[in-house]
Amino acid sequence: MMQLDVLYFAWVRERIGVAKEQVSTDAHTVADLVNELSAREERYQVAFQDMAVVKVAVDQVLVSLDTPLGRAKEVAFFPPMTGG
Amino acid sequence: MSVSVQSEDFDLGAEVTALTDGNGNIGAVVTFVGLVRDKTGGALLSMELEHYPGMTEQALAEIEGAATKRWSLSASRIIHRYGNLKTGAQIMMVATASPHRKDAFEAAEFLMDYLKTDAPFWKKEHFKDGAKWVDSKAADDAAKDRWS
Repeated sequence: MMQLDVLYFAWVRERIGVAKEQVSTDAHTVADLVNELSAREERYQVAFQDMAVVKVAVDQVLVSLDTPLGRAKEVAFFPPMTGG
Repeated sequence: MSVSVQSEDFDLGAEVTALTDGNGNIGAVVTFVGLVRDKTGGALLSMELEHYPGMTEQALAEIEGAATKRWSLSASRIIHRYGNLKTGAQIMMVATASPHRKDAFEAAEFLMDYLKTDAPFWKKEHFKDGAKWVDSKAADDAAKDRWS
């Protein structure tokens, strides 16, 4: 089991209901983590139902869903950015 | 080369002065300022800017670094605000300074195109009758891709 800080932003945060939480997981990749969380509670399933509109950062670097978590400390989920 | 993520407003003139001060080899400065726009003609109360502290600064510094490698820049500056901003308020600015205008223009456009898609900011519009997250645009991805 690894301990991860998981962060959520914008409407992903609103759907899940928290900005940050600690998650214990055996997930190997980001996609595994998404599946694991989605299976836990419906709010995750609602937030992650269309991963085409959810971006992921591992330790504050943008990555794809198939990225291994390795020794990651922080994973963040958020919609495509709309700054500027 | 510097990046600030802040809630406070900024003074474009003062930023440009600070950027060029003491460097006699700068012949061109290009600036861009983004403002809160009310597309509805009066229904927008404010725009909320959320960001990912830590990653934001890192992403902006990387984008600035990429521009510095690609163009001959004497100096550059990115400021992006967060928090609740009223219609007409300044959201962000980029400024690029170079010996020649072509580098300054292109680098400023590059910074904006990358900032739009790679810097973790999100906008939520608050209207009189509710609030809505701003959707990202496919055109923004296309604008970024033209540099690769």
